[in-house]
Amino acid sequence: MRAAINRVRARRRTVIDAAMFLVVILLITQMWLLTATLESYLAGHISVTLPGMLVSALLFAGCLGLYRVVATADEEPQDGPER
Amino acid sequence: METPTGSSQKPLWSEEFSIQASEDKYVLRRQLTKFLVLTSFGMLAGNVWIWAKSLMRRDAPALPPMRIAGTDELAVGDVKLFSYPGPQDHGILVRVSADKFVAYSQKCTHLSCAVYYSKAHNRIECPCHDGYFSIEDGRVLQGPPPRPLPRIAIERRGNDLIAIGTPAHGAGA
Repeated sequence: MRAAINRVRARRRTVIDAAMFLVVILLITQMWLLTATLESYLAGHISVTLPGMLVSALLFAGCLGLYRVVATADEEPQDGPER
Repeated sequence: METPTGSSQKPLWSEEFSIQASEDKYVLRRQLTKFLVLTSFGMLAGNVWIWAKSLMRRDAPALPPMRIAGTDELAVGDVKLFSYPGPQDHGILVRVSADKFVAYSQKCTHLSCAVYYSKAHNRIECPCHDGYFSIEDGRVLQGPPPRPLPRIAIERRGNDLIAIGTPAHGAGA
């Protein structure tokens, strides 16, 4: 019984770690996108601002979805909290 | 936790002070991820703000034309400083050849130092961090400036040079 719980915990931890790693990757991409869009805007290339915003919205949606994954997987187990 | 009487019920103090100081120091993975997602929302808000600004720029009215110099005021290689469109928007006009005049914003795109024309090297230079710009189109030749020098559109009307727009008002980069 205890071994089964540990296996579930380990699997869940892997899922959470992977999701958090992906959130960080998406966030770095979004930071780069924001600076690149700002540079283009300041250089007078305003046609890139709409695609920049749409891609940023997609990245945000991805972060939100991954947050839901983390929140679901990180719910406290029956036998006590795990961090 | 057991009470002194041996029962397994929580003591009264534990129910009333349910926050454990040691546990309070932890940041849950959920909380950290929530913070990262909020940061992501901030990035999105920034992109939306840039997009809104670009819409406003596209709908901005055209700038009024303004005479900035006469063609006979400058010899080849000479420079004239002017302000366009506002008194705080400084520009630099250079006569590159007998028939060619170019005008740029005088603010370096790195940290807004005032740039000058180097006749010896035929380029525009920023003295602060050695940023060099091409005199032909304002592109960055060297140094830290991240983007070209904004070009001010000018046209020749008889013997007058008229500024007619800036990149910020739809005159191109």
